[in-house]
Amino acid sequence: MTTSLTPWNALAGGVLIGLSASLLLGINGKIAGISGIARRLIWGPRSESAWRAAFVLGLIAGAACCYAVARATGHTAWLPHARPGFPPVLLVAAGLATGFGTALANGCTSGHGVCGVARLSVRSAVADVTFLATGMVTTYVVRHVIGLP
Amino acid sequence: MSALKQLTAFGCGLLFGVGLALSGMTRPEKVLGFLDVTGQWDRSLLFVLGGAVTTATVAFHFILNRNAPLLGECLDLPKETSVDRKLVAGAVIFGLGWGAAGYCPGPAIALLAQPNIEAVYFLPSMIAGWGLYSLSSSKLMKSAHSQ
Repeated sequence: MTTSLTPWNALAGGVLIGLSASLLLGINGKIAGISGIARRLIWGPRSESAWRAAFVLGLIAGAACCYAVARATGHTAWLPHARPGFPPVLLVAAGLATGFGTALANGCTSGHGVCGVARLSVRSAVADVTFLATGMVTTYVVRHVIGLP
Repeated sequence: MSALKQLTAFGCGLLFGVGLALSGMTRPEKVLGFLDVTGQWDRSLLFVLGGAVTTATVAFHFILNRNAPLLGECLDLPKETSVDRKLVAGAVIFGLGWGAAGYCPGPAIALLAQPNIEAVYFLPSMIAGWGLYSLSSSKLMKSAHSQ
């Protein structure tokens, strides 16, 4: 399924994400890296699980609010839908890779992508270029060589 | 103090979740539409990153200069600065998963707000991937200690 550019939604959502990362660092002194927060909430020490749980619950609640508005205003295309014909085995393999990879690199699109670049971290910039390039090649193979949606 | 920190964390999570869903990034086909540069390229993800990075870069400039957050003594920043094989290997493995399914960890967790069958396969696998790393790194630590 193809999608097209939605610049205003994208920009507004991006600013909110940047604002979230700024407030979390400025007030609590923490980096808004989703993979690190959620991974340590589940597999890390108990000592910091309260704020991590609060952040994750907030994220789910925020998305839920947005979806409620989308449903109420008839914008159901903005809800995440399961893709018909997308193989479960690929979802499982991709899930394992996303988990293991973000743990090994200690960050994902939020920690390395948004916060890392904002901190002018060379390490994060290398991670970003690497996962973007690998992601583009993988999507090409999955969509145009294998022929999945 | 710690209740205030949790409230801040919840509020920041809320903003983050609204931002992700509003930008369309919780829909894997929007993300794959960006990664699929040879298809009908959807540049929306660039606008999301642009808005987020610009906002955060300006704010971080002031925060990092102050050196202390409003609540608490110090900023908890990543100590690692080296570009090593672990970083690159991790980013490649993540890129494989991201490019195949179209979920990074934030949107994967946001699936809990609107669960579908993809969440059933992807989320437990991602959590297992995190656990696999914890398991392997604690084994490596033990073998390093015993040597």
